Amino acid sequence: MKALAVSGLTFAYPDGTRAVNGVDLDIEIGERVAVLGPNGAGKTSLLLLLIGVLEAQAGSIEIGGLRLGPDNLGEIRRRLGLVFQDPDDQLFMPTVEQDVGFGPANLGLRGPELRARVTEALEAVGEADLAERAPHHLSGGERRRVSIATVLAMNPEILVLDEPTSNLDPAGRRELVGLLGGLDASQVVVTHDLPFALELCPRAVILDGGRVVADGPTAELMADRELMNSHRLELPYGFDPANIRRR
Amino acid sequence: MSGAHAHALHYHGHSPLHRAAPQVKLAGLVLFVLAVVMTPPVAVWAFSIYAAILVALVGVASIPPRFFLTRLSIDLPFVLFAFLLPFFGEGPRVDLGFLSLSSAGLLAAWNILVKATLGAGASVLLAATTEVSDIITGLRKLKVPIVLTAIAAFMIRYLDVIAGEMRRTRIAMKARGYDPSWIAQVGPLATAAGALFIRSYERGERVHQAMMARGFVGEFPAALDDREEIVRWWPAMAPVLIAWATMVMASLIT
Repeated sequence: MKALAVSGLTFAYPDGTRAVNGVDLDIEIGERVAVLGPNGAGKTSLLLLLIGVLEAQAGSIEIGGLRLGPDNLGEIRRRLGLVFQDPDDQLFMPTVEQDVGFGPANLGLRGPELRARVTEALEAVGEADLAERAPHHLSGGERRRVSIATVLAMNPEILVLDEPTSNLDPAGRRELVGLLGGLDASQVVVTHDLPFALELCPRAVILDGGRVVADGPTAELMADRELMNSHRLELPYGFDPANIRRR
Repeated sequence: MSGAHAHALHYHGHSPLHRAAPQVKLAGLVLFVLAVVMTPPVAVWAFSIYAAILVALVGVASIPPRFFLTRLSIDLPFVLFAFLLPFFGEGPRVDLGFLSLSSAGLLAAWNILVKATLGAGASVLLAATTEVSDIITGLRKLKVPIVLTAIAAFMIRYLDVIAGEMRRTRIAMKARGYDPSWIAQVGPLATAAGALFIRSYERGERVHQAMMARGFVGEFPAALDDREEIVRWWPAMAPVLIAWATMVMASLIT
């Protein structure tokens, strides 16, 4: 069984733009995969398709062997936890603990069980002290970690993160690598931050024009200048993946 | 307790009033204001009792008088209107030598002034001793429909975000040579407000997606309400009982 199995996925917006055009993607249990690609490659549309917020015109999505359909959206959304790019979109409740409790409460948890789940998730991201704070009073790094806790509280089998390093300072970014690297769940990380992808994900896929155009070990893909350049993927100045020792 | 960054109306403290359950304080506020509003304006003594209750509670909460009074000034615009009534009121007039005032107008002005000030004072007291999120929780425990509490919660949550966007827009406009002065700034600001509306609307859509992604199906789940709290209705209700007794007496006497 695979953590995620996507095949022939196709989606076009009402104006005819084909955002996702026949995507095939398999992710093994426990695997961490980076999804790279230029702006407008269809990355965000793909994520919204995975949680059934957008409905594909063709193709199928299976999460942990369960095929996404209108009847099992609840279970699909429990299995696949999506962390949105902007924590201000993700955190909408008056306090951090209520926000972290929102997902598990939707799953039917109540009372001490719900409390335990909230505490556990906040501890997993090292922010148990923030429980009673208001989300809009947190720093960028705290917001990001709490956003991840809101999803961890649902015990997802696969964690999907949209641009997790955006607006983080280098220290916050490094802490995030440590946090995500220590989680057991399978992960799909959509990012423009290539060094981050290289550090966290052994495997990467490149999405462009709504299709998967490359799939392989992250370091190998990044070493292929021609491939990278043809999809507007540029490494930061002075950064050479060949010089990085894998952890 | 999110003491570090509380809202401007909140005064951090640990008084019995701070620790009282929010639903008790909310119910107390509503009942107190009802008593004030139902008191006949001629019963001046009754209003001094209400004022004494408020002053005593401000003391119990150890809120500095200056803090309380500056927040109370929010009712000034409403009260200013009341000052016009004695000049334009009808009926018999009171002659003060240099000007003549309508006696009905005077009574109406007093009525607005004292009731607005007492009501605003009680509200400032609630806001000073209760975190915003606790007020929402209190409303929920008082069985206020969840749609209303949810709207209030979202409004509070996103007010800062939207105000921040507005501020950045204004700075961006200024940075490109736009000189905001009263009349001239209306046009571009209106455009910016329109853009802000669209952005807020789009944010609403993204928040809704984030909610659905975590299993939201149109109904808010019960919140985490298991924090230990001591709900003591009677000590908290004592000021309210005094206020109601005063109001009943004032109504009977006058």
